[in-house]
Amino acid sequence: MPTLWFCFVAVLLAGYVILDGFDIGTGIIHLFVAKTDAERRAVLAAIGPVWDGNEVWLLAAGGTLYFAFPALYASAFSGFYLALMIVLWLLILRGLSIELRSHVENGLWRDFWDVVFSGASMLLAIFFGAALGNVVRGVPLEADGYFFLALWTNLQPGRDAGIIDWYTVLVGVTALVTLTLHGTLWVALKAEGEVEARCQDLARKAWFLLLPLIVLVSVASFSVQPLLASGFRANPWGVVFPLVAAAGLGAVPVLLRQRREGRAFLASCTMILGLLCSAAMGLYPNVLPSNTDATRSLTVTNVAASAYGLSVGLYWFIPAFLLAIGYSVFVYRHFAGKVSASGAGH
Amino acid sequence: MDNALAIHRLQFAFTVTFHYIFPQLTMGLALLLVVLKTIALKTGNEHYNQAARFWAKIFAINFVMGVVTGIPMEFQFGTNWARFSKAAGGVIGQTLAMEGMFSFFLESTFLGLFIYGEKRLGPKLHWVTSFCVFLGSWLSGYFIIATDSWMQHPVGYTIGDGGAITLSSLQALLTNPWILWQYTHNMLASVVTASFVMSAVGAWYILNGKSVEYGRTFVRTGVIGGLIATLLVAFPTGDQQGKMVALNQPATLAAMEGLFDAKSGAPLALIGQPDTERGRLDNAIEIPKMLSFLTYQRWNAEIKGLNDFPRDQWPDNVPLLYFSYHIMVGLGTLLIAVVGISALLLKLGRLYTNRPVLWMLMLAFPFPYIATTAGWMTAEIGRQPWLIYGLLRTADGTSAHVSAGSGMFTLLGFMGLYSLLGVLFLFLIWGELERGPEPQQVHAA
Repeated sequence: MPTLWFCFVAVLLAGYVILDGFDIGTGIIHLFVAKTDAERRAVLAAIGPVWDGNEVWLLAAGGTLYFAFPALYASAFSGFYLALMIVLWLLILRGLSIELRSHVENGLWRDFWDVVFSGASMLLAIFFGAALGNVVRGVPLEADGYFFLALWTNLQPGRDAGIIDWYTVLVGVTALVTLTLHGTLWVALKAEGEVEARCQDLARKAWFLLLPLIVLVSVASFSVQPLLASGFRANPWGVVFPLVAAAGLGAVPVLLRQRREGRAFLASCTMILGLLCSAAMGLYPNVLPSNTDATRSLTVTNVAASAYGLSVGLYWFIPAFLLAIGYSVFVYRHFAGKVSASGAGH
Repeated sequence: MDNALAIHRLQFAFTVTFHYIFPQLTMGLALLLVVLKTIALKTGNEHYNQAARFWAKIFAINFVMGVVTGIPMEFQFGTNWARFSKAAGGVIGQTLAMEGMFSFFLESTFLGLFIYGEKRLGPKLHWVTSFCVFLGSWLSGYFIIATDSWMQHPVGYTIGDGGAITLSSLQALLTNPWILWQYTHNMLASVVTASFVMSAVGAWYILNGKSVEYGRTFVRTGVIGGLIATLLVAFPTGDQQGKMVALNQPATLAAMEGLFDAKSGAPLALIGQPDTERGRLDNAIEIPKMLSFLTYQRWNAEIKGLNDFPRDQWPDNVPLLYFSYHIMVGLGTLLIAVVGISALLLKLGRLYTNRPVLWMLMLAFPFPYIATTAGWMTAEIGRQPWLIYGLLRTADGTSAHVSAGSGMFTLLGFMGLYSLLGVLFLFLIWGELERGPEPQQVHAA
């Protein structure tokens, strides 16, 4: 039963990364692919009706994590205290900039919020990547199941690691480039004219940067966290996830060249899903490994809520999840198609 | 007092108080939007659709503020209250996760359609989207109140080995008797806030001689909604809520009322300052025997005083609790008077020309916000020293590994960021009010 809920939380989190990922990616490229006010309005209109719905996936994933694995939530959220608070502030600033920018007809006002939107999006991508890096690398769990990490110490992923070390920064930068690619593919799908052309150009460049980064991060991950190798040895079928990720990554430039923007975006979604599932698969049954004493690692079984709670939860979670999928499909169908630079208003 | 504990408490209190400024308006306004859309659909009168469009913009700004300040609430359960989360997450995680899965998806999806999709959806489906926004926000309120109710009055749990609290009945959690009155009391209070905001904006337009037709619609809707809601907030919901506290949290009731010694025929204190050192209420103006009557419907019923309880079970801030409660009740009474006079004049057809009363309506809108905040302070300070009443003390719920220094850093960060947020919010709302409810010639960006 805990494993089932591990899968649910993973699906919700992956849903968040894929959906809000393109919002964040849109923010990262906002300043570079859109130059005029009309173009920037068009880029914002590409995420306008959906971004806060996408952010709900984070709340839903957080809520479900809290419900199914309370001890993990307590330990991880208090241990990554400073990083999470900074993430919160960035989320607030980014949300504000999307909504506030177009409310006032003033060039300076709009420039200011454009820069805030872009800057907060870039930092969020790096922080989310670093967060994943921290989970993979492990944390110095104490005997009571808690820990506290400083933001940085000596930048080495060893026993005294902080939240930021060379490995987590590497994962952060990889996340930045991944979401840059993801965002350009989304905007290319939604925009027309110059913006679309710039996105296709940027997508190609991002792809060439991403390829070596993913290779590098994979090698680094296996050397920093030996559990990954044993995880895949224990469940050899799990190798399907890295293969899916590789297939997605490989398909992007091919589909782009064929001008199939929708499929290129889906390929990017597949790649992200494959990458996240690979990490989850490699770590399982650990959910937060200890980097000091392996017996203190948090696993799906030692952090799970009671058996009754988990089984009764299925009765409402499954219908609620299907409903949520239904809403999302409806909204994306409703707002499907290109947004034009001239008629973009919100 | 442990320094880190004080900082964790202050940060949660500050962020949740600031957060709740926004949902209390959106929950109430969601209902009023359904009312406006229903009138528009039934009468085919475009005026009401345009009124709804104007309020949808105000709603959207508040909604975004509510979302961005709401995410920190969920995070802080883990970041600042880790021991509480570990102990109780298996129980209240149910309701918090349900809120995310059922209400947030519903609300955010249909708000997007409500705001961006009117042309494509047509009038009937557009009405449906407004109803779904209402449903989502009121469901959200239900799950949060269910969570708070469990902290006030835990049910449906068992204590396992090692002191872990585990859920034994989801049904008991969702039908906690505490929910009924706290939920209705709270949701009606949010209707009061929205009604006063709507009538204040309407009065502003009438007094300015600008968009007067819309001003009248807003005043009429706000006054009628406000009259119904203020009365229901007091009776039966507020009254029943008070009785629940009296029955289940007697020390809290004594502190709220400033009653130190047990008394049969206890008076109701209108004014006075509790002195916890000497154990008395200074400068009191009281209605004799009223408290006993309100609580037990018997003039001579005995009410326990604070001195009947050991000091370590007293709410740890008796003066603040006492004043929060009295401010809530005092302002609630004032609001009934304001809306009562306005409703009477409305019935007589003289409200729209009575400038003093319109001024009063225009200036009254902050009071429901203050009353609601004071009400929540009464509930949450009243629960102290418990985080989960009778089960877990607040001091034992914090994140033990987060230092006072880290807490202070983020508390100050929130204060700075929220100051900016508050200024921007007022600026945006002012912009919408200036632009007014009339249809725009050129669709503004």
